[in-house]
Amino acid sequence: MINLFYIAALVAIIATVLAITRHHAVHALLYLIVSLLAVALVFFTLGAPFVAALEVIIYAGAILVLFLFVMMMLNLGQDAKEQEREWQPLRIWIGPALLSCILLALIIHAIMGEGSASVVTEEVGPKAVGSLLFGPYMIAAELGAFLLMAGVVGASHLRRREFQSEITGKEES
Amino acid sequence: MSAVPINHVLILAAILFSVGLTGVLARRNIIFMLVSVEVMLNAAGLAFVAAGARWQQADGQVMFLFILTMASAEVAVGLALILHLHWRRLSLDSDTLNKMKG
Repeated sequence: MINLFYIAALVAIIATVLAITRHHAVHALLYLIVSLLAVALVFFTLGAPFVAALEVIIYAGAILVLFLFVMMMLNLGQDAKEQEREWQPLRIWIGPALLSCILLALIIHAIMGEGSASVVTEEVGPKAVGSLLFGPYMIAAELGAFLLMAGVVGASHLRRREFQSEITGKEES
Repeated sequence: MSAVPINHVLILAAILFSVGLTGVLARRNIIFMLVSVEVMLNAAGLAFVAAGARWQQADGQVMFLFILTMASAEVAVGLALILHLHWRRLSLDSDTLNKMKG
C-alpha cells in the first residue's frame, strides 16, 4: 500500500507538470485527467474510498469533460498552438518558478519541523461522511446548493444574449 | 495496515499547489490559467483529506466535498466567460480582459 502511494504521487507530480507546460490545450487536459486519477489513487491509499470515487466521477468525469467540450466549441487549430509557442518563451517561466520554489521550500521546512506522525490507514467510509455532512454541516451543504444554483444562473446569463441574437439572426435570414 | 507518513502527503499537496501557482503566474492563455486554478484547488483538497485521515475523522472528506462544489461552480462561470471572450474578441489572451467594460 505504501509503495502504491509513492508511485501514485510520482505520477501525479509528473502529469501535473506536463499539464501546465503543454502548448496544445487538449494535450494539457488529458495530462490533467491522468494527474487527477493519480490523486484519486492517493486518496484510496489514505483510506478515503468515497472521496476517491468522487474525484474520478466529478473531477475527471464531469469537470474535465466540460473543459473538453468547451475546447471543441472554441475549435482551436494549429495556429493557436503556434501563437501559444510565441506567448510562452522559456525565459517567461523563470520568475514564477523561482517564486514558487521559494514558497515550496518554506512550506516543506515548516512541515518537516513538526515531526513525523503516520496516517494509520483505517478506512473512513461513506456512511460516516454522509452522517457528518447532513448532521453538523447541514447549513454548509445547503449553502453549497445555493452556490451551484448561482453558478448555473451566472453561466446561462453570460451566454443568453448571444443565443438570443443567434436565434433572431436565423429567423431574419 | 500500512502507514503513510503524514509529512509526505502534505509535501505532495505542497508540490502540486506550487506547480499550479507557477501555471497561474506564467501562462498567458486564460484556459491554462483556469486549469492551473483547478490543480491548486485539488491540492488543497488533498491536504484536507490527509488531515482527516490522520485523526480518523470524516471532517476532511466533508471539506473536500465543499471544495468540489466550489470548483464546479467556478468552472461553469469561468468557462462561460472564456466562451464570451473568445466570441467577442477572437482571443484567449488574458491581457485583453482589461478592456472589458459592462
